[in-house]
Amino acid sequence: MRRISRRRIRAIVRKELRTYRRNGSIVAAMAIFPMVFLVQPLVSVFAVSTSSALQLSHHYELLYMLGIPALVPATLAAYAVVAERQEGTLEPVLGTPVRREELLLGKALAVLFPALAIAYAVYGVFLALVALFAHPGVASALIRGPDILAQVIFTPLIAAWSIWIGLAISTRVSDMRVAQQLSALASLPTIAITTLVAINVIHPTRALAFALAAVLLLANGLGWRLVSTLFDRERLIANTR
Amino acid sequence: MSWESLGSSQRSSGSPALSVHGLGKRFGDRVAFEDVSFEIAYGEVFGFLGPNGAGKTTTVRTLGTLIAPTSGSATVAGIPLAPENGVEIRRRIAIMPETPGLYQRLSVNENLECFADLYEVSDPDARIERALRAVNLTERARDPCGTLSKGLRQRVALARALLSDPEVLFLDEPTAGLDPVASREVHELIDELRQRGVTVFLTTHRLEEAERLCDRVAILNRTLRTIGRPEELRDRLFAKALTVRTLAPLADPGRTFGGLPAVEGWRQDGGGAYVVVVSDAKVAAPAITRALVAGGADVLSVGESYHSLEDVYLELIDDDHEATRG
Repeated sequence: MRRISRRRIRAIVRKELRTYRRNGSIVAAMAIFPMVFLVQPLVSVFAVSTSSALQLSHHYELLYMLGIPALVPATLAAYAVVAERQEGTLEPVLGTPVRREELLLGKALAVLFPALAIAYAVYGVFLALVALFAHPGVASALIRGPDILAQVIFTPLIAAWSIWIGLAISTRVSDMRVAQQLSALASLPTIAITTLVAINVIHPTRALAFALAAVLLLANGLGWRLVSTLFDRERLIANTR
Repeated sequence: MSWESLGSSQRSSGSPALSVHGLGKRFGDRVAFEDVSFEIAYGEVFGFLGPNGAGKTTTVRTLGTLIAPTSGSATVAGIPLAPENGVEIRRRIAIMPETPGLYQRLSVNENLECFADLYEVSDPDARIERALRAVNLTERARDPCGTLSKGLRQRVALARALLSDPEVLFLDEPTAGLDPVASREVHELIDELRQRGVTVFLTTHRLEEAERLCDRVAILNRTLRTIGRPEELRDRLFAKALTVRTLAPLADPGRTFGGLPAVEGWRQDGGGAYVVVVSDAKVAAPAITRALVAGGADVLSVGESYHSLEDVYLELIDDDHEATRG
């Protein structure tokens, strides 16, 4: 592969993060979705009595939280290219020596960092609240090492996958709202799978976890290349094809 | 405004900064421009004129490797125009698009920081400071770009284009939306860039700007209609003529102008005004003056007719419109 410049990737990441920080609607969107994911499990966990806590050991409720890394980055990534195109800032950037792979990786990392921070923070808050305020026995039944490990491993894998889908959409559509709607739609299958695991419809085994992680890892590697191929300077600049 | 160049690499090799041969771009059936050929020397300020939709911006984007040509070839800053050379070409050039395209939520400094890193310039802080000084924006470095006027944004975009010390600078309508003072500052900066050996490819609708700044101009209307120094184009398109003004109309202008040396024809242009077509103004003017005095005319003035670049432009573009209608 051609030489990838870390400095150019860092420039894109820094620019994106600064833009996010100063854009109220992006910050609000990043904050609202995780709240939805936090409140629902908290309510159900706090409603569980100590006598019913044993049943929790057969459920994987916390995997429901993997919906956060599926949904939060998807909407941000969908905004990444199409917004620059609409605001007229894409042409000057593409006029620099930046390669499309660098531009896309920079944008992906800029989405990934806050998405991971939010997903892990919300998960941490959830665990802390359960440990502190849930009925005795519920916390010990709910907070299990393998679940936490799954959360730690799958959060970046799912987030990265959502980002590549969002970026792919963002490079192909010409309207910001369409991009965000499509990316939200595209993240639904991932949310559906994590939900089915959480409610025990799909029984998670170690083998399944390894297989899913391997598939996601491969998909993320291919995603970068595929989105780079989809990124067509000419179409994005001249509005053709 | 002043621009302190940070050094140039291979601008004195004698090869042209831009060399374009039969270049063309089609979008499906639509021709953006075709069969465009020219060469531009290092340090030259080259004006690219044409009506809306003539293909000027598409030409700039093609030479800037943003879009691929469908025919022809070119070298840009000594590098053949080809997809595999895109990064190397873009490293040596800078494009200032018609709309500034700044990140509105970022400050002027943050915008420039981002681009300094994208160009991987050494000592970015010094470069940014120089670029800001060149466009007189040092005081506004911390202001968010969204709070700047259109003219100031245009200046930030110009500073951004100067950051990488480009060998070829493409300026697409650089003074659009600027007030006369700001426009004059941009003109001065372009003059300084020329002195530093930077090649400037300037697309503009402002013909007086092209006439004042450009060493040569080309007029494009999908195909290249003409190219040359402004005065050459005038000579090429318009016959040399003298404008003669007398207090009262001449009784017999045919007899006055007829048979004089270097006079090829004449026409009346109002009461006591005549346009006399000549082959050599230095021979014809004294002869005409003597003939007028000998004929008893009260001479107000005898002077060379002046055709502006605008006259050249309109002559060529009007021809195209007539050809299209025909």
